[in-house]
Amino acid sequence: MSTYQEFIQQNEDRDGVRCSWNLWPSSRLEATRLVVPVSCLLTPLKERPNLPPVQYEPVLCSRANCKAVLNPLCQVDFRAKIWACNFCFQRNPFPPSYAGISEVNQPAELMPQFSTIEYIVQRGPSAPLIFLYVVDTCLEEEDLQALKESLQMSLSLLPPNALVGLITFGRMVQVHELTCEGIAKSYVFRGTKDLSSKQIQEMLGLTKPAAPGQQGRPVAPQEAAATCRFLQPVHRVDMNLTDLLGELQRDPWPVPQGKRPLRSTGVALSVAVGLLEGAYPNTGARVMLFIGGPPTQGPGMVVGDELKTPIRSWHDIQKDNARHLKKATKYYEALANRSAVNGHSIDIYACALDQTGLLEMKCLSNLTGGHIVMGDSFNTSLFKQTFQRVFSKDYNGDFRMAFGGVLEVKTSRELKVCGAIGPCVSLHSKGPSVSENEMGIGGTTQWKLCSLDPSTTLAVYLEVVNQHNAPVPQGGRGAIQFVTQYQHSNTQKRIRVTTIARNWADAQSQIQHIESSFDQEAAAVLMARLGVFRAESEEGPDVLRWLDRQLIRLCQKFGQFNKDDPTSFRLSESLSLYPQFMFHLRRSPFLQVFNNSPDESSYYRHQFVREDLTQSLIMIQPILYSYSFHGPPEPVLLDSSSILPDRILLMDTFFQLVIYHGETIAQWRKAGYQEMPEYENFKQLLQAPLDDAQEILQTRFPMPRYVDTEHGGSQARFLLSKVNPSQTHNNLYAWGQESGAPILTDDVSLQVFMDHLKKLAVSSST
Amino acid sequence: MSQQGYVAAPPYSQAQPGGYQGGFGAGPAQPLYGHYGGPPQAFNAPPAAGGMKSPASSPAGMPPPSGPSQYSPNVQQNGAHPQRYASPSVASPTYGQPSHSVYNSMASPAPPPTQQLTNQMSAMNLGSYGAVQSPPPHPAASAHPGRQSTHMSPQMAPPQSPLINMQASGQPMGGQSMAGPPMGGQSMAGPPMGGQSMAGPPMGGQSMGGQLMAGPPMGGQSMAGPPMGGQSMGGQLMAGPPMGGQSMAGPPMGGQSMAGPPMGGQSMAGPQLPSGPGTFQQHGVGPTGPANYPQQGGQFGGLMSGPQPGMPGGFPGAPGPLAGPPQKKLDPDSIPSITQVIEDDKARLGGQVFSTNIRGQVPPLVTTDFTVQDQGNASPRFIRCTTYSLPCTAELAKQCQVPLASIVKPFAKLPKNEAPLYVVNHGETGPIRCNRCKAYMCPYMQFIDGGRRYQCTFCNCVNEVPAFYFQHLDHVGRRVDFYERPELSLGSYEFVATLDYCKNNKPPSPPAYVFMIDVSYTNIKSGLVKLICDELKTLLEKLPREDGAETSAVKVGFVTYNKVLHFYNVKSALAQPQMMVVSDTAEMFVPLLDGFLVDYQESRAVIYNLLDQIPDMFADTNESETVFAPVIQAGVEAFKAAECSGKLFIFHSSMPTAEAPGKLKNRDDKKLVNTDKEKILFQPQKGVYEQLSKDCVAQGCCVDLFLFPSQYLDLATMADVPSHTGGSVYKYNNFQVETDGEHFLRDLRKDVQKSLGFDAVMRVRTSTGFRATDFFGGIFMNNTTDVEMAAVDCDKAVTVEFKHDDTLSEETGALMQCALLYTTIGGQRRLRIHNLSLNCTSQLSEMYKCCETDSLINFFAKSAYRAILNQPVKNVRDILVNQTAHMLACYRKNCATPSAASQLILPDSMKVFPVYMNSLIKTAPLVGSAELSTDDRAHQRLSVMAMGVEDTQLQLYPRLIPLHNVDVGSEAVPAPLRCSEERLTDSGTFLLENGHSIFLWLGQSSPPDLIQNLFNVPSLAHLQPGHMFALPELDNPLSKKVRSIIGELLEKRPNSMKLQVVRQRDKAETLFRQFLVEDKGLHGGTSYMDFLCFVHREIRQLLT
Repeated sequence: MSTYQEFIQQNEDRDGVRCSWNLWPSSRLEATRLVVPVSCLLTPLKERPNLPPVQYEPVLCSRANCKAVLNPLCQVDFRAKIWACNFCFQRNPFPPSYAGISEVNQPAELMPQFSTIEYIVQRGPSAPLIFLYVVDTCLEEEDLQALKESLQMSLSLLPPNALVGLITFGRMVQVHELTCEGIAKSYVFRGTKDLSSKQIQEMLGLTKPAAPGQQGRPVAPQEAAATCRFLQPVHRVDMNLTDLLGELQRDPWPVPQGKRPLRSTGVALSVAVGLLEGAYPNTGARVMLFIGGPPTQGPGMVVGDELKTPIRSWHDIQKDNARHLKKATKYYEALANRSAVNGHSIDIYACALDQTGLLEMKCLSNLTGGHIVMGDSFNTSLFKQTFQRVFSKDYNGDFRMAFGGVLEVKTSRELKVCGAIGPCVSLHSKGPSVSENEMGIGGTTQWKLCSLDPSTTLAVYLEVVNQHNAPVPQGGRGAIQFVTQYQHSNTQKRIRVTTIARNWADAQSQIQHIESSFDQEAAAVLMARLGVFRAESEEGPDVLRWLDRQLIRLCQKFGQFNKDDPTSFRLSESLSLYPQFMFHLRRSPFLQVFNNSPDESSYYRHQFVREDLTQSLIMIQPILYSYSFHGPPEPVLLDSSSILPDRILLMDTFFQLVIYHGETIAQWRKAGYQEMPEYENFKQLLQAPLDDAQEILQTRFPMPRYVDTEHGGSQARFLLSKVNPSQTHNNLYAWGQESGAPILTDDVSLQVFMDHLKKLAVSSST
Repeated sequence: MSQQGYVAAPPYSQAQPGGYQGGFGAGPAQPLYGHYGGPPQAFNAPPAAGGMKSPASSPAGMPPPSGPSQYSPNVQQNGAHPQRYASPSVASPTYGQPSHSVYNSMASPAPPPTQQLTNQMSAMNLGSYGAVQSPPPHPAASAHPGRQSTHMSPQMAPPQSPLINMQASGQPMGGQSMAGPPMGGQSMAGPPMGGQSMAGPPMGGQSMGGQLMAGPPMGGQSMAGPPMGGQSMGGQLMAGPPMGGQSMAGPPMGGQSMAGPPMGGQSMAGPQLPSGPGTFQQHGVGPTGPANYPQQGGQFGGLMSGPQPGMPGGFPGAPGPLAGPPQKKLDPDSIPSITQVIEDDKARLGGQVFSTNIRGQVPPLVTTDFTVQDQGNASPRFIRCTTYSLPCTAELAKQCQVPLASIVKPFAKLPKNEAPLYVVNHGETGPIRCNRCKAYMCPYMQFIDGGRRYQCTFCNCVNEVPAFYFQHLDHVGRRVDFYERPELSLGSYEFVATLDYCKNNKPPSPPAYVFMIDVSYTNIKSGLVKLICDELKTLLEKLPREDGAETSAVKVGFVTYNKVLHFYNVKSALAQPQMMVVSDTAEMFVPLLDGFLVDYQESRAVIYNLLDQIPDMFADTNESETVFAPVIQAGVEAFKAAECSGKLFIFHSSMPTAEAPGKLKNRDDKKLVNTDKEKILFQPQKGVYEQLSKDCVAQGCCVDLFLFPSQYLDLATMADVPSHTGGSVYKYNNFQVETDGEHFLRDLRKDVQKSLGFDAVMRVRTSTGFRATDFFGGIFMNNTTDVEMAAVDCDKAVTVEFKHDDTLSEETGALMQCALLYTTIGGQRRLRIHNLSLNCTSQLSEMYKCCETDSLINFFAKSAYRAILNQPVKNVRDILVNQTAHMLACYRKNCATPSAASQLILPDSMKVFPVYMNSLIKTAPLVGSAELSTDDRAHQRLSVMAMGVEDTQLQLYPRLIPLHNVDVGSEAVPAPLRCSEERLTDSGTFLLENGHSIFLWLGQSSPPDLIQNLFNVPSLAHLQPGHMFALPELDNPLSKKVRSIIGELLEKRPNSMKLQVVRQRDKAETLFRQFLVEDKGLHGGTSYMDFLCFVHREIRQLLT
């Protein structure tokens, strides 16, 4: 089986693709019986240092509805200078520039190691990147100060030719003009009035060039740039903007006792979207929204300004008691869609102790590929470093962000595309390979990813076309081509093409092969995404039930057991971890709303559906490391039994990084042994998890919440809520007091879960 | 036409049935028809009359034939008129409610008139009629003479008016003593010789004239010579008697005028003779066609008919002829002169102390310098009345038609030698007020019961004296602390208001001034924006402040705008100002709170910075569209947010055409002028601005508008808000910095530095028997009693009209208390109380004696200007003339001793009333000429609405000051001359000023040394008047003197005036000439003389 492991790894490294099955069943019925759909996780911009982009245009299949890109799977007749498309079998002549082609002189795209290849194309003028800050000024003085500093700092991180703009809002919305000398000029909008994009542009005085625009083609971005006083190159307005930010004051309107400040987030966003829409349609742009509280007035209002009315909770929502929820959500969705159409992404940086309305606003980021960052205050390193990391650069010195991505999925005839789940919107591109069976965002073969970074990962769900009575002939291979066009952060237009192929297998005769080709990690993530996607629209318990049923069916399909004998149940190695993933997934905040505010749930889900496989797995099943004098640090079971007095634990849940000092360790530390030279080793022991944590903190985006706690500490709850409650107050004595820490919960433990699963799997009644 | 509005219709409607009436035109016409079924036939004549033309030119000879022709035109005209008149008069019930009473009074006289009318008619014009009618009037010997006589008689009238003056002067002496002088008058009229030698001489001159002046006129040609002599004779003689009679200055005038009238009579004749025809044709013909007027009869006919057609047009017919050649012969000095009246009053009362301790005391004229000592009644600077002796009953008031009104100027500036108002603080309970009517404690309250209670003199309610306020009474029942408490001993004082008197029971914040500058292309290009910005830097140092305060509490804010608004944050903490653009003009809001309204002293650096930048910021603007209503809205919102009141200074250039609320369209339609729809030109467009006014007043937001138009901008609408919020509107047509800059800045400076009160509510309480029924001014009224003003400054006056509820008692008199609740410039809430007590009388003569012409004309101007919003301008003019005639006729009938109908007898207190009235009728709003700019008319209309007595007086009778023989050594300003071209001389230099314009007129043959001294150029020809808007500063006595005169005037007037240098015969002279109000109006309207004649005729109609 190691071969499959290697195969999977190799494929991921090369193509950024992980498939749930690496052998594909030859008919639709069989595929359905496999429970986990034929699907894959695709990381379109996976960093590949050893993949130099080529500087020419891709060669496309000439069939109008195919347009597949020449790839290593194509058959090539070197003598006739003809290649056959492996998707539609169209025979295409090579373009004249390929005249010199021969077996020994092949272009890169024909080499197997270039199953993923990136083209740099010269198409249209390159537009500068745009960063539009939308800043809430209803903040505490400290917070605002911190935010101002962060923003000022960020100016130095932006590419010098990038355009930058500033909108501030509180009770009013101000669009700042950046070119003025001697006087700070801004356009002000009432925070309660919903304005159309056209009105906004008129009010900002951006409609003048409308006349030439009408005559035909839209105004070229450069022209617009000249006229748009609100977005200016960083290098030109650096000083101005720094001063402007420096002078930024808290919203001056008085906030009466018992009221929330009036915050016009909805209008501010509408203005931002409208501004970009008018000035820079279809250009890479990032709207960065910084908020310190919920929108309290105007369209998109999430909660009224009366403090006595708390912001909606899950309880309110379930009781249908959230007055503004639907309206606000609809409003932000409309904005998000407009923004997505124009290829602009929206980030939300929400820092407040209470909720800020992420539930309503999440679609802004989800649909446009923007970031959501959630913190307690702008004056925390969590925010500061996360924000800084938005502008991090890759090994080439390029920003790890790309804009205006369009992903197209081409499949060979045996496959159809059901849908995708990730930070994208459908482009409604119908075609023969679109399945009627929608999973995720379906009904299309193209999706728009307004903003994407190297870790952005989409789940793509597929369907086998062939009916049971006409299966795909053996020996063939199914192929999928992912074509991602995007604007690189250096403003180049690029196209990355990944072509993968998998063998067809007859599920009847080759079920073992298929089973062993199962990628349980990918499958867990793919199923989890489906679950999370469903959870957005369905009741929590329904989703759990669905997940359970899928798991049971999978176990029934691949488990080895004697009917009605749970103890006889066995799973092969390729599936052995899967139930455990499901167990933790069920407990995860992605599916459980208990103990989470609606905002938090939205935030967690947002992160989950965009991260790559590794990170997603961490989110599903956090990693627990144990540090002790007994040996080197080792990963341990995410189980309460791992919580021991003489250990230091480091848990990474992706969102939190928890260092937990066992009881004894904590006492030692309190006693100060680490200060004593003779206990140097203790000091080192204490330091080890810190160093490891630091390493994670350095790289993770968004930066996790860092918690340093100890036995009995209040923050220990982060750990206790994650571990498998194998010991609880209910069974504590049965397990003895020797190892582990009891968890005060009524949740079922993994053991109970597994027992139950086995029972159901082997039951003949189902 | 109709509508309610101006004049109470009742009189008219009644009158008409009566057959007579109000309108001169209408009245006669109907009776004509009624009586003489035949006349219609007469119509046929006109064509025939046409043939008469040629004969017409020979007036004297032709009388008989001309007769018919005259008639016919008349008839025709009349025929037309009645209809016109009828509808308006019937339908127009109100002249505002107040006027009702006035007009109603018309009713009573009306009935008898029918007959009189006919009589008069016959007497006056209609030769043929006379013949036909023969009945009452002049049993004219023959048709010819008859006619002539009739004709003459009206003319004669003027001569007598002087007599009347004499009488008038006599009147003061005693109601009946009048008899003496009038006697003279009679004698005049009658068989001349009669009573006085006076009569004799004139008679002698005209001899025949007296009775049948006709005779002499007939003689027409020959007349000229003798009458002249006669007149002069008469004049002298005349002068004599009156002199003897009274020491009054007035009388002599009368004497002269006496002489004059005869002149008039003759002159009348004169014109008829030679040149008459021509003029007539021109004038009279205009309306009906040349044919009608040709003849002498024509004149007379002209007189009569003229008025009728003329009324509409402004008496062209009758006056026309008069204005012509005759005037040259006529001695204008012979009719009552305003300048003389003013000078007399000055001589009599100038520099003296006027103590207000006597009830119903008539104060000196507004033109007289005097000192007021407040001894229990408000100074006339605060309140002036149309009469200081109210008629006791409504009937009486109705009969005399004299409007009962007060002009209240609550913040009038007091000279340095008069004490400012005391501030009384009654502590936490607030000012002591009557429990029932809520009148404030004042000198009229009667303390009784040993001082424990007091009786309110307004409503007679007996109130307890609060314990803290108790004081014993002395032997005359006066509180012992009488002299220690201003509210017991003074007519005017202030109370400190408690929180109960504040909005939301919160002490007010200091007011704020917001400067809102239109930065559209025109204003930038003209340099105006820079001018304003530069000026503001220094001007803001001089913001008004509370007495005694070191700095001004007024906050300032800045807005610029074109079709979007730019607000500025000028918080002192900022390194540079911040500009906030609001483009959402549909729903205006203020984008910032903190930093918009700031203390100038604190934020000076930032404001300087801002003012420096504004002109540059928009230097290359090409935005020419503007918004307007949102600008005001923004100001209101700003005040709302800051919870303060304040003032907006808006500098605006063009009609707001940008898409926004309050967008305006050009609706300047000259075709409407002189139609029933003309009122539309004055009416503001409804909707947005109406609501805006309401909002402004509710927030205490006063709007001052500075307009710099280059074309029509619908001022009627744009100025709607300022005119309801106590604001001012300044207008600078075709503004150029070089020529109008200084002029504008003077206005701006005055306006910014003016002392004023904000967020004011005025309530006028009266003692029982009468009450305030109508209010005119820059005010807003939500109900019928509370006069709300967003702000009221030292130049704004409210005219209050009163009406009887009941009979007034002569003993107790009539009291009024005008209480004004307002916020001071320093943000304190105060109550300003003005008390005034008036006499009541059942004697009309007493009432007439106590009338004040200046106040009357203020009232008439305002009520007429309001009436034109609802009625055709022509109607309004008719009503004015009508009422004038009525007032005077009533006097004649009830107060003057009987005299010949041909005499014009004016009450002394009103002897110059016709001048003012004529001038008022000739003002742009009322004159109905398409040559006048609609905006200018609307502007004048609105500015007058808020004027006080001084301002209307000056406006309607400009000062014409001769400078050529000024005594450079003396302090005094040369005495003004009468506003007539007659007074100008080719070698003279004159200054003419009316409070809005100032002209320096240079005669053709002005001595070069004078020119040299004033302008530093060798001769008139070197002068470039078009580029001269200030006199050069030259070091010679004349220059200094003239400049100091001008400077003083500019200083004294509420508005700045742009000095315009005019050379005789220059094109620009027409501008100047329109201010010569005794002459015939440039755009229509009669000369003083003709008007007087006309009025006289009317009076006679009324009396017969």
